[in-house]
Amino acid sequence: MPDTAQAAENPLSFQDLILTLHRYWAAQGCVILQPYDMEMGAGTFHPATTLRALGPKPWRAAYVQPSRRPSDGRYGENPNRLQHYYQYQVIMKPSPADAQDLLLGSYAAMGLDPLRHDFRFVEDDWESPTLGAWGLGWEVWCDGMEVGQFTYFQQVGGIPVVLPSFEMTYGLERLAMYVQDVENVYDLDFNGAGTSYGDVFLRAEREYSAHNFEHADTAMLTRHFEDAERECAGLLGHGLALPAYDQCIKASHLFNLLDARGVISVAERAAYIARVRTLAKGCAEAWVAGEAG
Amino acid sequence: MPELFVELFSEEIPARMQARAAEDLRRLLTEALAALSPEDVRTFHGPRRIALVAQVAGAVAAAATVERGPRLSAPEQALAGFLRKHGATRDDLRPDGDYWMLERISEAQPAASVIAAAMPPLLRQFPWPKSMRWGGTSDFTWVRPLRRIVCLLDGTVVPFALRDGDDDGHGLASGNLTEGHRFHAPGAFAVESCADWQAKLRTRYVVVDAGHRSEAIENDLGPLSDRHGVVWVPDAGLLDEVTGLVEWPVVRMGRIDAAYMDLPPEVMQVSMRVNQRYFAFREPQGGAAPWFAFVANIEPEDGGATMIAGNERVLRARFADARYFWDLDRSARLESRVPALDSVTFHARIGTQGARVVRLRRLAARIAPMVGADPALAERAALLCKADLTTGMVGEFPELQGVMGRYYALHDGEAPEVADAVRDHYAPKGPNEAPPAAPVSIAAALADKLDLLAGFFAIGERPTGSGDPYALRRAALGVIRIVRENGLRLSLDALIEAAAEGQPAPVPAADLRDFIVERLRVQMRAEGARHDVLAAIFKAAPDGDIVRLLARTDAVTAFLGTQDGRDLLAGHRRAANILRIEGRKDGPFEGAVEAGLLTEPAERVLAEVLAEIGPAALDLLAREDFAGAMAVLARLRAPLDAFFDQVTVNIGDNAALRRNRLFLLNGVRSTMDRIADFSQIEG
Repeated sequence: MPDTAQAAENPLSFQDLILTLHRYWAAQGCVILQPYDMEMGAGTFHPATTLRALGPKPWRAAYVQPSRRPSDGRYGENPNRLQHYYQYQVIMKPSPADAQDLLLGSYAAMGLDPLRHDFRFVEDDWESPTLGAWGLGWEVWCDGMEVGQFTYFQQVGGIPVVLPSFEMTYGLERLAMYVQDVENVYDLDFNGAGTSYGDVFLRAEREYSAHNFEHADTAMLTRHFEDAERECAGLLGHGLALPAYDQCIKASHLFNLLDARGVISVAERAAYIARVRTLAKGCAEAWVAGEAG
Repeated sequence: MPELFVELFSEEIPARMQARAAEDLRRLLTEALAALSPEDVRTFHGPRRIALVAQVAGAVAAAATVERGPRLSAPEQALAGFLRKHGATRDDLRPDGDYWMLERISEAQPAASVIAAAMPPLLRQFPWPKSMRWGGTSDFTWVRPLRRIVCLLDGTVVPFALRDGDDDGHGLASGNLTEGHRFHAPGAFAVESCADWQAKLRTRYVVVDAGHRSEAIENDLGPLSDRHGVVWVPDAGLLDEVTGLVEWPVVRMGRIDAAYMDLPPEVMQVSMRVNQRYFAFREPQGGAAPWFAFVANIEPEDGGATMIAGNERVLRARFADARYFWDLDRSARLESRVPALDSVTFHARIGTQGARVVRLRRLAARIAPMVGADPALAERAALLCKADLTTGMVGEFPELQGVMGRYYALHDGEAPEVADAVRDHYAPKGPNEAPPAAPVSIAAALADKLDLLAGFFAIGERPTGSGDPYALRRAALGVIRIVRENGLRLSLDALIEAAAEGQPAPVPAADLRDFIVERLRVQMRAEGARHDVLAAIFKAAPDGDIVRLLARTDAVTAFLGTQDGRDLLAGHRRAANILRIEGRKDGPFEGAVEAGLLTEPAERVLAEVLAEIGPAALDLLAREDFAGAMAVLARLRAPLDAFFDQVTVNIGDNAALRRNRLFLLNGVRSTMDRIADFSQIEG
C-alpha cells in the first residue's frame, strides 16, 4: 500500500489518476484499451464490455471511456454536472473471488486509506433497459460519496451470461474532485503543471450544451436514427456482430440527443428504448454465435 | 443437548434483506432438522453474515416402519415396482393376510449426518428476493457471492460441500473459519462455538447482534447531540437501515454549511435521509439545527476528521445542486410553466398533463361549492397543481412533487390556500397521511383523484387481482377518506358525472361508483366494521352519499346488536325461506293484503303494525333519522314472532287464506328490504 499520508498532501492530478488506474489494473492482467471511437452514454456500451461479457471466453480489460449524457449539460455553469465526462471501466470475466479486495486496492493506490476513509458497499442493482442487461452489486461509498459502481453481470442483450463478469465503473471527475479536495469540476488540476479541467473542457461544455438543447437538428437526428436502425439490421443479416453493434451504439446516442431536445414524449420514449434494445439483442446474439463457431 | 452453530459469510447483503434472511434461515433449518427437535434457536444478521445457533438432539433414534405392499396375487411387475421404489429386495418382504408387508428398521442417525444432508439443499433453495451467479460456471446462487460456511456441532465441523455432480458449487464446503472486520481485522480465523464466535468477532471489530449495533448507535447519538446543544430527531426506519450497513458502528456529527440552512426542510430531508442516510437534528426551540450525524463502519485512525470532512463535502455538493435548482426554478413563475405540460404525456391513451389540467380546473371549480371552497381559488389551485413537474427540483427529486409546487406558489405570491392545495392535492398518499381538511385543498384533491379514476375507467384500465399499476385503489380510497374524515355531504354520482366530462371516452359511471363503494367495504372490513351491513344497504338502495351510507350502516349495525334486531333478522330469514319455497309453486306474492281474509288474531296484529310502520319508517329514512327508523322497525319483532308461533301459512285446504298470508310475509320482507337487503347480512 502506498504512503497514503503523503498522497493526501500531494494529490494525484486528473491524468495521474488515470495512469495510476491503468498501472493498477494492468497488474491484475487487464488489457488496457483505448476509448471506443464512438459517442456513447456509458463505458458499459464499449463492445469490450457488452459483447465480451457474453460467451465462454475469459476476458479482462480496463479503459477510459468518454461518456456523453446530452441532458446533463449545464452550459459549464454547474460545478458537478457535465454532458461529457470520463468513466473508467474495468471488466473481469469470470469475476475473481477477490473482486472486492482488488477494487479497494485501487482506491488505496489513489491515496484513499480505508482506516481513515469510511468505505462501504451499498445495495445498487444495475439495469440498462436499452442494452437488455442487468446485474446485482453495489454503489461503493467513500465517506458518504459514491465513488464507483460495482456490478456482477447476469444478463446482457437479453442473454443470460455463461461466465458472470465483475464490472467496475469509476466516475473519474468526481473521484478526482474528492482526491484533490476541489468543489468545482473546472478547478481540477488536470496535469499537475498548471492546466485545469476548465482549460480543457469549459468551452466544450458550453458549446455542446447549446447543441444538445437548442440547435441539434431533430429531423436529421430522427432520420439518422432510422438509418442506423436499418443498417444494423442489414449487417446482422450478414452475421457481422461488431459493425452492427456500432450502429446500435449510434442509435442509442441519437436517441439520447433527441431526448435532450425534448421532442420525445413519455410514451414514445419507451418505444425508442425498445427499438434500441432490439438492436442490442440482435448484436448480442450474433456475437455469441461467432464466439461459439 | 449439543449446540449447532451455522454462519453464512458473504459479500455485502442489502440492508433491507438481512432480517428477513435470518428469519428464513430459522424457519428452514427448524423444518429441515425437525427430527432433531431444535430448541433455543437464535439468529444473527448483518452486512456480511447471517448466523444461527440452536440446541439439537444428538441423534435421531432408531425406528421400525412397516409399509403395506401389493396384494399377494398382484402381477410380478407391480411387486418389482414397489421394491424399486423403496430400494428393497424380495427378502425384506413378508406376507401378511392378502398383502406383502415391507418391514424396515431405520438405524439411529447421528445429528451430524442429518445436518450434513439437510444443509446443501437448504442453501440451494434459500429464498432471497433476488439472487445471482458469480465466478466460474456454478449454478449455485446467493444474494451476493457466498464466501464461507461455518457449520459446527459442539465445536466439531459438520462436513458437507455444495458440489453437485458437475457443478463445483464454487468449491464451497463447511468449515470452522470466518473473517472479522474488512479493514480492522482482515484474514480468516477459526471459531469453536457461538459464544467463541461472538467474542472473537468482538475483538475483530464486528458486533454480530443487530440489536446491539442499533443500541450502540442510539447511545452515541444522545450524548453527541447534547454536546452540540441540539436534539436528535428519532427515525426508527433509518436506524434500522444504517444498522444493516455497518459491522462496527461509529457515530460522528458533521456541520451543515449555514449558506444552505434556508433551503426548504423537505429538500434538506431528501438529500440527508434518502440519499445519504444521515440523521437530522433540531434546535431545542424546534427549528432545524445545522448538524447531521452519520454512522461509519471504522474506528478512524485520525479520530474521524477525514471522514467528517468528506461527509460534509458530499452534503455540500448535494445542497449546492439543490440550491441551483431552487434558485433556477424560482426565476420563472409557476403559472408560466403550465403550457409546458402540454408536452408532458400523462398516459398515451388519456393524453397530456396539460389536458388533465384543463379538466382539473373545471372539475375543481364544480366541486368547490359542494365543499365550501371558493371556486376561483379551487380553479387556480388546479391550474397550478401540476406545474412543478417541469421544475428542475422535481425532475431531480420526484418525491418532492407538490411540496415544491407549494413553495414556488408562495414565492409567486399566490394565495396561501392555493399554495397549500398545490401541495395537498396529492393527499392522502398513504394510510399514514391525513387527508386534506382545508376546503380549497379538498376540492383540488377530489378533482385529482376523480379525474384519474374517470380517465382510466374510460379507457378500460382497471385494477386486476394482482396488479394496480396506476394506483386506482389508492385513489378511490383517497376519495373515501377525504369525504368521510371531513364529513362531506356530496353525491358520488354527481362527482363522477362531472369528472366524466372531457375524458377520452365515455366513463362507465355506475361501475366507477360501485368500485369506490367496494373500496369502502374493503376498508371497513380492514377496520373490523360490519362491511356486510354496508354491502346490504348499498344493494337495497345504491347511494353515492358516503356519509349517509355510513350513518345508515351504523344505525343498522347498532340495531343488529340488540335482541330485537337479532330476532327480527331471524324472522326475516324465516319469511324469506317460506316465500322462496312457496314461490317455486305459485309465486311471487306481490299483492295487497286483504283484511277480510285475516282470520287469526296474530296475523291481524301483524298486518296492522306493518301498515303503520311502513310509511313511518320510510318517512324517517327520508329525514335521515336512521336510528328512529330502526326503532320503528323494532316494533315488528313481537307481532312477527307471534305470527310464526300461532299462524300456519301453508294451509292446504284454503288457497285464498294461504295466498293472503304469503302477501303479508312478502310485505314484511319488502318493508325491511327498503332499509337493507337483510339476506346479505352475515351472522
